Amino acid sequence: MNGEVRKIKIIINNKPYEVDAGQTIMQAADKLGFHIPRLCYHPKLSIEGACRVCIVQVEGMRNYVASCAYPVSDGMKIFTNTEEIRRARRDIVELILDNHPQDCHTCERDGICELQRLAYAMGIRHRHFEGERKRYPKDLSSFSVVRNPEKCILCGRCVRICSEIQKVNALGQAHRGFQTVVMPAYNMPFSESVCSCCGQCINVCPTAAFVEKNSTQELFAKLSDPSLIKVAQIAPSVRAAIGEAFGLPPGRAMEKECAAALRKLGFDYVFDTPFSADLTIMEEASELLERLKGHGKLPMITSCSSAWMKCMEQFYPDMIENISTCKSPMSMQSALVKTYFAEKIKADPKKILSVAVMCCTAKKYEAARPELCTDGVPDTDIVVTTREFAWMVKSAGIDFLHIPGEEFDHPMGRSSGAGVIFGATGGVMEAAIRTAYELYTGETLMDIDIMPVRGITGIKEGAVKMGDVEVRVAVAHGLGNAMKLLDIAKKDPNRYHFIEIMGCPGGCIGGGGQPYADSNSIPLDEDCLRARAKALYGIDKDKTIRRSNENPDIQRLYKEFLGKPLGEKSHKLLHTHYAPKSPRGIIAENMKVR
Amino acid sequence: MNVTAGLDKNKLDELKKYMELRKKEEYKESYLIDILHKAQGIFGYLNPQVMDEISAAMNIPTAHIWGVATFYHYFKLKPCGKYIISVCLGTACYVKGAEDVLATVKKELGIELGQTTQDMLFTLQETRCLGACGLAPVMMINDKIYGELTRQKVTEIIKDLRQRG
Repeated sequence: MNGEVRKIKIIINNKPYEVDAGQTIMQAADKLGFHIPRLCYHPKLSIEGACRVCIVQVEGMRNYVASCAYPVSDGMKIFTNTEEIRRARRDIVELILDNHPQDCHTCERDGICELQRLAYAMGIRHRHFEGERKRYPKDLSSFSVVRNPEKCILCGRCVRICSEIQKVNALGQAHRGFQTVVMPAYNMPFSESVCSCCGQCINVCPTAAFVEKNSTQELFAKLSDPSLIKVAQIAPSVRAAIGEAFGLPPGRAMEKECAAALRKLGFDYVFDTPFSADLTIMEEASELLERLKGHGKLPMITSCSSAWMKCMEQFYPDMIENISTCKSPMSMQSALVKTYFAEKIKADPKKILSVAVMCCTAKKYEAARPELCTDGVPDTDIVVTTREFAWMVKSAGIDFLHIPGEEFDHPMGRSSGAGVIFGATGGVMEAAIRTAYELYTGETLMDIDIMPVRGITGIKEGAVKMGDVEVRVAVAHGLGNAMKLLDIAKKDPNRYHFIEIMGCPGGCIGGGGQPYADSNSIPLDEDCLRARAKALYGIDKDKTIRRSNENPDIQRLYKEFLGKPLGEKSHKLLHTHYAPKSPRGIIAENMKVR
Repeated sequence: MNVTAGLDKNKLDELKKYMELRKKEEYKESYLIDILHKAQGIFGYLNPQVMDEISAAMNIPTAHIWGVATFYHYFKLKPCGKYIISVCLGTACYVKGAEDVLATVKKELGIELGQTTQDMLFTLQETRCLGACGLAPVMMINDKIYGELTRQKVTEIIKDLRQRG
């Protein structure tokens, strides 16, 4: 019987089936093509059983059974769609609706809201219940995430993803019964809490109880200001996911459509963040080699993920020296837009509007970091997420799916394949190895696809032989995995030389600013993440230039402006520093013994 | 940021000592309610600094501790008076005039339910059945039950406690 799953017989809606034992009614029904309505359930999170939407009837049971939590057993007779259970489910959803603002037509999630979809599927055509409705203010304190408890239906997905996957534990359910509210400890403002700004709560929220801090109106206003020179950059992962916001399946690479749409929105120059990803690699690979020579702490940890940077400062203040001093590609690009590029077009940097289209909500927080401002003005003026960008495109009446594709502008639009794969977990590591190998050995790495660091395993390890040294590397994605990896690295400081960490599951392609899952997909779905990653690796494969150091525009940038990697100008513009942070709920001295 | 500022050192040490013992137990997280009781016993109420300390010592997120502390009516999140008056509003007491008792206490103290008098002497709260229905209507002041209450009796009890201070 080892490894063999026992088969049992069940009857669903009067038809007999043979299914594996040890699964829930919902899981068994899903595989047989019966989609039981659900709300609080999420396949990647623990079972909550809170909403009761997924109830079914089981013969011999007195009460309705929550199918997400109840296991199948031999001979079980299940009914998923009787008139009685349909009514019961409809009542449950109606009661949830009764305590909901029901302002769909002015809601950000109108048309892509799970509650709205559920109400439609339940056939709710009028309201039977009129009762007291909860009223709470919005929490607008965070640069990234807006919390609106009025729209919350208490499914608890945000609390679970924050504690189970991201392990940040910024959220909890406070008070009880009708008064229950999802909030940070002590009901403190989000901005003062341990929230990493990763935005995964937004991705799993079925309603608009969590949304990003919206910058679209501000951006539309600035785009119509004729005195400004409008410059955009777009992150690699946006192109791999934006099609989903227009009804396409995941995995279509749409960088040319993005470039065209940005110009149609009114941008004067459209640059590509993978250009700066190449630049990041030049600086980071050089930094790694310096550290390998004994100048600086090992293992070196990547610094591209803004949510992870906030976590490091909070949870691993003693390892701050291990973080690469490189800014993220977005911030490198922005710094260059207002210096290198401004010089090139002989423009006053104050007249340049620098906008970043990102798959990330934490980038909004990063853009506001005082370390990344010049004379009090942020290098990145506005950050919009993939979702916000897609909405702007629709709102402006741009036919994204049929738009003729366009190229990015010079001098910051060309990238190597290495710069594009930054968006997938392991991508930065792979890109860094390609270049570091060449910088260290003077030879070109022939076997360029570095498979051990690809894929969506939570923590990946590998080793690369570079001449006489073996460089041991590790990659983690999702903040929970990241913390696990850092705990390993802390216990065994000589185990790794280089660690890549991305705060979101799957890397940036699974970012908190990516399109909402449509009716056929679920956030964190591995197939979806794989498809998005495949789109990026496909772009990489098709490029003739696949190593960052071979990008001719990067070479020109160093020749004309920066000098050399880690040079004086690089240090001023491309590097930054981090400092311990102790938001409420963290006592720094205790974190050291964590 | 030194979040322990403002906490009495002796009291904090007492709590820390208690947590040290609990930390050694299997399933140490399950002692959270026990520790919150202890903390409230020591400090009189649960303030964020105390919960920060519990979080750090027991490695339980503050968001979770806050959830538990706000879930249970027993836990106080604001400083309480020396005397906590719990007026029973259970069925038996209600029938026997608990409303009148409550109104009298409110009038005497000049506060509403859930509030504390400015001199930090009295906190007023409601409670469900205290299991003393034979003495209805009743109220509990700290750990003592006062039964067969009338307006006059209530006034006298409060007057007496005020004099004692």
